[in-house]
Amino acid sequence: MRILLVIVSLVLAQPAWAHKPSDSYLSLSVQNNHIEGQWDIALRDLADAIGLDSDGNGQLTWGEVRSKHDEIRVYALSHLALSADQQACTTQVLEQLIDHHTDGTYSVLRFRSNCDAPIERLAVDYRLLFDIDAQHKGLLRLTQGGQTSTAIFSRESTAQEFSVTTRSRWTESMQFIHEGSWHIWMGFDHVLFLLALLLPSVLIRAEGRWQAAGDFASVCWNVLSIVTAFTLAHSLTLSLATLDIIQLPSRLVESTIAASVVLAGLGNLYPTIMSRRWMIAFGFGLIHGFGFAAVLTDLGLPQDSLLLSLVSFNIGVEIGQLAIVAAFLPLAYLIRHSWSYPRLVLTGGSLAVIAIALIWFTERAFNLQLFPL
Amino acid sequence: MIRSLTVVSVVGWFVLSEVGAAYPEPYQPTEDAQVLQRLSFRASDPVAHELDSLRTNLRRNPRDLESAVKLATRYIEQGRSEGDPRFLGQAQAVLSPWWSEPTPPPAALLLRATIRQNAHEFNEALIDLDQVLAAEPNNAQAWLTKASILQVQARYDEARRACQRLTRLASAHVLLGCLSDIAGVTGQSMKSRELLRQVLSETPLSGREHIWVATILAETASRTGAIREAEKSFAEAFKVGTKDQYLLGAYADFLLDQCRYQDVMSLLRSETKADGLLLRLALAEQALKLPIFQNHTAELAARFTAARERGTTVHVREEARFTLALLHDARRALPLAQANWKVQREPADARILLESALTAKNSPAAQPVLDWMTSNHVEDVHLQQLAKQIQKAPF
Repeated sequence: MRILLVIVSLVLAQPAWAHKPSDSYLSLSVQNNHIEGQWDIALRDLADAIGLDSDGNGQLTWGEVRSKHDEIRVYALSHLALSADQQACTTQVLEQLIDHHTDGTYSVLRFRSNCDAPIERLAVDYRLLFDIDAQHKGLLRLTQGGQTSTAIFSRESTAQEFSVTTRSRWTESMQFIHEGSWHIWMGFDHVLFLLALLLPSVLIRAEGRWQAAGDFASVCWNVLSIVTAFTLAHSLTLSLATLDIIQLPSRLVESTIAASVVLAGLGNLYPTIMSRRWMIAFGFGLIHGFGFAAVLTDLGLPQDSLLLSLVSFNIGVEIGQLAIVAAFLPLAYLIRHSWSYPRLVLTGGSLAVIAIALIWFTERAFNLQLFPL
Repeated sequence: MIRSLTVVSVVGWFVLSEVGAAYPEPYQPTEDAQVLQRLSFRASDPVAHELDSLRTNLRRNPRDLESAVKLATRYIEQGRSEGDPRFLGQAQAVLSPWWSEPTPPPAALLLRATIRQNAHEFNEALIDLDQVLAAEPNNAQAWLTKASILQVQARYDEARRACQRLTRLASAHVLLGCLSDIAGVTGQSMKSRELLRQVLSETPLSGREHIWVATILAETASRTGAIREAEKSFAEAFKVGTKDQYLLGAYADFLLDQCRYQDVMSLLRSETKADGLLLRLALAEQALKLPIFQNHTAELAARFTAARERGTTVHVREEARFTLALLHDARRALPLAQANWKVQREPADARILLESALTAKNSPAAQPVLDWMTSNHVEDVHLQQLAKQIQKAPF
């Protein structure tokens, strides 16, 4: 009878399986001569491997996991070897946290591996759990210089090598310059703010109405003061925010940027209330800098060349800004005498700017989507 | 239109909702007492004791085939009853000293075949079984496993021959179960139900065997439209009291076909771990227009993604059904159903392919199933209805 019992229970039709066998998730981010890593290992797998359920009640609590942190660290590190160009890297676990994946709760090990020299070939030897679970897989996500690749470790392939394309400082900084100039062109709010401030720069206010400005030199001086003030201000806050010295909530920053555009437009319609536009440029430039910082952070800053990328990004922003000025200024200077400039371009343009910026402000401040864009 | 709206709303919800962000950032729990994970068993459970002592035996002598086979068998059984594929990997690890040998001993080969069968590597499993049977032509277990794989592949004549080899090797009800399961699909459901009814009423069966026979009878009856007998046999299977993942899924499908969504809810409310069962629960929730349907749909989407990331293709049938019935995306469901049909050919596989082809308005895609139905005289009211719809369809 015993043998029949085995027979049927093994042959019954396919059961409804939980979706997947055991996996661990390993992320490695290569930074010049060290690696920032995160390793998510299922608590159930750790329980099978080293035993976590101290009180044997079939439930793992945070207290039980925490008291086994040393064992978890030793077990994990003894099953992963990283080496760069034949030299073993030394790994240190920085912290142990908790996270959830689709099949349960995972222990998260954040670590740092120091290798002796800049990493060109990274060898990963992964041997977690294969001895007790032959279907276990290690899913690797390898990040280097903004690019991500993936690989799977299994019992059949435990060791894999990856070539790390060491990108020169030059290409890296070119990339950030490109991103910076691209952003000021794509971020219409910055362009509109700048244009709104520049529109009246080819005119002067006399006897209560607009008149064409005289010589090119004074116009240039005017433009230069505005652009320099804006640049100084946003460079300052961009640096402070990127270096994590000041942080502002993004909703506040984005709404204030929209408000600044509205104000810049209003200032053109009521020139008496805002005579010194460079001060406006400086004041709101401070806020625009926080906006730039958000973009830069989203790009993923390489920790080992933070300053270089910050400076490159800023240079990019200035190049983009200069291109706008270069396109605007000669044209405006040429048509400044015409009848239409103060009426159509300045007044009409400012009204349009105000209208657009009001929509932005409403959307950003109240978290609404008024127009699909 | 509705399809794309649903896809957009599900994806959008997934992005915005907590499930999408369910794993936002690793964190440090604040309370020591916070329960993070439930394990399969307590230290005091008999299963844990049994596995422990088997493991200890094996550790003392890792190359002892008998201890390894005992432990691996126990792991596979545990995996099947919990629906947890981790146990299969553990069984494989236990067998690793023999796994890669050119000719492993028959006992190890038989388990390797079972593990491969569960990974849907049917052809590899059959090769293993033939190797076992070459060495031990009287190995009943190998014949039975072989028959069930051949049946999944719709190789019914060979499957029948494999069953018949059990005549003098196992007791009569095993032979009958084996044969009736095939007969129920291939045009002899009356005969099949009669035999199964007889087995159930006259033979003393173990719990597992009772579930096995009653489930075959229930499914056969359900396919032929004998609703009352199906209901009665499902009840018979549940009466045993042993939790069985396959039975839960089969009964839920039966209830879904009857539009008894509330009953599905009460049956599966707490069965969210196994994908197949969560899928059926979500289908009932969708029909009842319950908001939690969106959480479960997003959860399933995340699971299929996770399975694909590791390169697993065991859940194609479920994924096709999910894509068609919950995401309402027939164009993506159809290739999944077709790929699945290449691997397994049970009535459920036929049904998802017909439904996908019908919704995607692609009748040529249904042809392989229609051929299979004709050449095997398949008896299944749902399949026949779908086939009729497809043949009448203008596309």
